[in-house]
Amino acid sequence: MNTLASNAKPTSILYLDGVSVSFDGFRALNSLSFVIEPGELRAIIGPNGAGKTTMMDIITGKTRPDAGEVFFKGTIDLTQKDEAEIAQLGIGRKFQKPTVFESHTVWDNLELALNRNRGVFSTLFYRLTVEDSSRIEEILSTVRLADRRDVLAANLSHGQKQWLEIGMLLAQDPELLLVDEPVAGMTDAETAETAILLKEIAKTRSVVVVEHDMGFIRDLGVKVTCLAEGSVLAEGSIDFVSADQRVIENYLGR
Amino acid sequence: MISSFILKALDRNIVIAVALLLAIAALVPALNLLTSPDHPLHVPTYIVSLFGKYLTYALLALALDLVWGFCGILSLGHAAFFALGGYAMGMYLMRQIGARGSYGDPLLPDFMVFLNWKELPWFWYGFDMFWFAALVAVLVPGLLAFIFGWFAFRSRVNGVYLSIITQAMTFALLLAFFRNDMGFGGNNGLTDFKDIMGFNIQSNGTRSALFATSAIALAVSLIIASGIVRSKYGKILVGVRDAESRTRFLGYRVEHMKLFAFVVSAMMAGVAGALYVPQVGIINPGEFDPANSIEVVIWTAVGGRGTLIGPIVGAILVNGGKSIFTAAFPEFWLFALGGLFVLVTLFLPKGIVGTARQFIERRKDYRKAKADEAARAFAAEPQAAE
Repeated sequence: MNTLASNAKPTSILYLDGVSVSFDGFRALNSLSFVIEPGELRAIIGPNGAGKTTMMDIITGKTRPDAGEVFFKGTIDLTQKDEAEIAQLGIGRKFQKPTVFESHTVWDNLELALNRNRGVFSTLFYRLTVEDSSRIEEILSTVRLADRRDVLAANLSHGQKQWLEIGMLLAQDPELLLVDEPVAGMTDAETAETAILLKEIAKTRSVVVVEHDMGFIRDLGVKVTCLAEGSVLAEGSIDFVSADQRVIENYLGR
Repeated sequence: MISSFILKALDRNIVIAVALLLAIAALVPALNLLTSPDHPLHVPTYIVSLFGKYLTYALLALALDLVWGFCGILSLGHAAFFALGGYAMGMYLMRQIGARGSYGDPLLPDFMVFLNWKELPWFWYGFDMFWFAALVAVLVPGLLAFIFGWFAFRSRVNGVYLSIITQAMTFALLLAFFRNDMGFGGNNGLTDFKDIMGFNIQSNGTRSALFATSAIALAVSLIIASGIVRSKYGKILVGVRDAESRTRFLGYRVEHMKLFAFVVSAMMAGVAGALYVPQVGIINPGEFDPANSIEVVIWTAVGGRGTLIGPIVGAILVNGGKSIFTAAFPEFWLFALGGLFVLVTLFLPKGIVGTARQFIERRKDYRKAKADEAARAFAAEPQAAE
């Protein structure tokens, strides 16, 4: 598998090879390897404790791996960078629990997320340009929050917060988006709409979605990677993966 | 660039507060100097000095609000920056005494003569010049905040741990300044001041000028603080307060954001200290007492954290209360202060100004909802008729 992955490295957007990390003796990731191609939408499934969130922590610089390689766009070594640098490189992350700035309005949340100069002084003297404001308008309509722009984020419904966070990621304009359980706690209608939204987003960038909801994954209709105990168990179409004997034993059958 | 920054700073409440501060900066000295002592509107000099002191406390509380209210950094060591600014001014005032001290040494302050020192320590050079002392009063607190913040924020020390090390910082300075061989007057501190910029420090005119300067410094700081919190940077600060990791994953360097606010705040506290010392006539290591820093937190909480104007109101009200209370029942002041903090936390968690603002917002919302309802009823009528 390693040789296959090495061939893919120069053209990939995200490349993980042999990534391991332990916390207090517990092996959260055990030689995890996979490759995401530019423009790909990938779903990642797996039982609790499979290492899905740890994997995201490593890609976004929150956790450093004990061993292994993590490369962005084939050449950028992510293990040497911190969260802010990685975000500026163009990797966005959506948390499992929707995390938005509750005491700011929807509009301000998007303005802060906008991919502009992020230094102390340039933000201190920042003025909203026509270009920026039309970009925010555009995102507002994409995430269906145009009529709630002046509402405090704290007053949004759960599903709207999830969308606002996705909107913030869009404003960040990343090349790679990591999305942790985007439909947790959503109604069926919201879930279906989120699937459409993510597919739309994936037209212009690469997206990795971690999700438990098998119906949602079927809606997405993309390549699926199943993790268990910190490494890849199976990879392929949803039908292929869900037919895999070990996947059934470890995850689906439980 | 700067003008838009200031323009954004001036929302209605800030304009009113600044106008009020400037008005008292002119009015109080006028009523002190231009009216005769038996005139009903005369403001006695001791009141001028007392309120001048409150204004410097208000500036200290405003400085704390910038980091605590908007960035979530609960500094329990802010009085250290205040005291450092105070010491810088105290050193200038000591050197202004010149040969008029008890020992009559033209160069050495009394306490150095008493300690048998033969020459002025190097760090006392330059303090014969006012501009130098004024610069040090701002830069030294700023520098300390920069070094302290650089390490604390880079190592991601947060919450209660950060509060504890700020408390440790002011306690360490307290112990250091108590030592005679530090060269800052030890236990007794610096006092017996005579002149400031050539004017007698006891005179009514000087007292009034110091009062006016304090009010103006507070007004200017209020505009700066308001400009900061209303800018995009200020919104990021609030983001750091409410969801630090989200800010980080959006690509902001949280440690730089915190550091800037912390340094600006420490500089404001230094200015407050420098204005405080000539008005009370003494600075000693007691100003570094951890309890002082905690009192500042109480003023801010009482007035309303995260409102900028609240801490000013809180500092003046609590200290006014303290002046009255300690005269009437000196033993009970600390109980009253503790009780006040408990009551405010329980019943006015947003403080005086925060609660008032909430009340006004609610009424506005209620009125708007009613107006909307009326409009909807009006719009619905023709349809119903069809």
